[in-house]
Amino acid sequence: MDTETVGPLAGYAGFAAALREAGVACDARRVQAYLAAVAEVDIAAPTQLYWAGRLTLCSDPDDLPLYEEAFARWFEVEPAPRGRTANQAERRARIAPLIASSGGESDGGESSDSLRVAASDHEILRHRDLAELTTAEREHLRELLATLHPVLPQRKSSRRAPAHHGRLDPSRTLRAMLADGGEPVRLIRSRGGTRARRVVLLIDVSGSMSPYADALLRFAHVLTRANPAGVEVFTLGTRMTRVSRQLRQRDPELAMLAAGTAVPDFAGGTRLGETLRVFLDRWGQRGFARRAVVTVFSDGWERGDPSLLGDQLARLRRLAHAVFWVNPHAGREGYAPVQSGIVAALPHIDRLLAGHSLATLERLLGEIADA
Amino acid sequence: MTESPEDLAVALDAVGYLADEGLATAGFLAMRLHRPLFCEGEPGTGKTSLALALASALDLPLVRLQCHEGIDAAQALYEWDFPRQLLHLRALEAAEGGRLDAETAERSLYTERFLLARPLLRALTTAPCVLLIDEIDRADDEFEAFLLELLDEYTVTIPEYGEIRAETPPLVVLTSNRTREVHDALKRRCLYHWLEHPDLPREVQILRRRIPGVSEAMAEQVAEAVHRLRAMELLKPPGTAESLDWARALLALGRDELDAAAAARTLGAVLKYSEDLDRVRAKLDALFA
Repeated sequence: MDTETVGPLAGYAGFAAALREAGVACDARRVQAYLAAVAEVDIAAPTQLYWAGRLTLCSDPDDLPLYEEAFARWFEVEPAPRGRTANQAERRARIAPLIASSGGESDGGESSDSLRVAASDHEILRHRDLAELTTAEREHLRELLATLHPVLPQRKSSRRAPAHHGRLDPSRTLRAMLADGGEPVRLIRSRGGTRARRVVLLIDVSGSMSPYADALLRFAHVLTRANPAGVEVFTLGTRMTRVSRQLRQRDPELAMLAAGTAVPDFAGGTRLGETLRVFLDRWGQRGFARRAVVTVFSDGWERGDPSLLGDQLARLRRLAHAVFWVNPHAGREGYAPVQSGIVAALPHIDRLLAGHSLATLERLLGEIADA
Repeated sequence: MTESPEDLAVALDAVGYLADEGLATAGFLAMRLHRPLFCEGEPGTGKTSLALALASALDLPLVRLQCHEGIDAAQALYEWDFPRQLLHLRALEAAEGGRLDAETAERSLYTERFLLARPLLRALTTAPCVLLIDEIDRADDEFEAFLLELLDEYTVTIPEYGEIRAETPPLVVLTSNRTREVHDALKRRCLYHWLEHPDLPREVQILRRRIPGVSEAMAEQVAEAVHRLRAMELLKPPGTAESLDWARALLALGRDELDAAAAARTLGAVLKYSEDLDRVRAKLDALFA
């Protein structure tokens, strides 16, 4: 690249706009910093120009490959931002129908019985298997899910709050003494408060779990909305995807759409051990799983090596406060934990729970709150 | 004195920190634009040592704030020295024969004399300096919100005392290991730098520079071995700090080269998980073939 291709201010702003289009969230404040940075470096040196932008416009390691690509295109090659957009549209189109179908898989010819369902008792629906619901029942279930009131588990915090009993709070006591003419009349005490403990949900979205994926993601959305900063949601399949950010949106439909777009491997295969390892390497060990309540939603059909899954769960158990495994089939009559994945997992989990109906999910909420 | 990123790189080099162009530009822009520098990256890529190196390269005092869960303004900014305030109050009382004017007493209690400056306040009052806010990802989000104002204006207001403003903004370095996502509002105020492990030649250079007794050959062997270990998908891939420890351990044992036998004795300097040790021990001969 040489100086002729570097335009004036408008060129830089244009680059920032192209970057935003590529998916890097650079707002006006960052663009301002970028323009200030460009003025400070030697723009004839391509690497300095590169760094001035990368340092000011990016804010996440995920931004870096996008930046690299956009920078190469904008400053070195002829600007051709069309290509990328087309690419993205194609990717969405491939994924969106998958989530739509997982939402209404078993509705075949049953949509005519919507009237009967409308009158059906909440109680019955609460205990129905999520995989066997009709379209109308699913609608109703969504409303019921929205009325759940999750209580999040608590942990002790080192932040102290005034209280009747507890350790003496010297600075507040001194202030009270001043008001009382120097006498320690009132001793003001404080005690440690509590904070919400982090909750991590790992949802298997492989083929065998796809009838449950929609309901489980909605369940995850309800939990996320209860404490957006303290709940983390990942999907497991052939790969691991973090959907916490998508699920933080208030509107459940928008959140589900965004999550569906983010997950590239709906209804694919399962490599639980490997994806769990990716989760632990990238997020879990660094902090997300530390002292958190972790729930794995999976039927335990493991295509990969079950011993790897066992090792990773043992690792997770050492990091987490509690590990629950929710298996939709565990609530069925005659269920025995014989799937290779479950067998490998059992020694390393705190509880194996059913998760096939709204009632069992409510019970799970109770378990999480008490963890 | 530092007119360009290259100047800063030279100054950092002089104190034993080898900065690549990205790091040098990051430090340079942080100084020029008076913006905090937010450093993220794998543990052991030199985030914290960058702040230490900047302080010594620029010949500025370093003020360090180590973040932890539950850290609050009292621990980070200032506290009132309660026992001394109490003594002072008693002295006042005695002097005035047991009669105390509350207003005068209060005025004399909340003065600089009884103010214990914690790192952030110290940084504002000693600026120019380098302020290292280490591992911000360990603090709670309330604490991040509290930092926003400080990093915007380099000013704090103490209710009983008044406003304290830094005459020169301190050079602020924030580090995060990404154990948690830091709020975007904080990142927006900062320059963002993602640090990678150094490439092979740079790591050799770092070893040569930081450890006086190390030979070129051994520096190369250690750096190459560490790079192979990083490619092994370990629970905790070794960082630059571990390479340095490894080379030091070998020197301490009087070794002048790294072979399978020497590695077997010193692996504990590099690997910190028993699973990792087991995996690497099993492949030791292949690694040093």
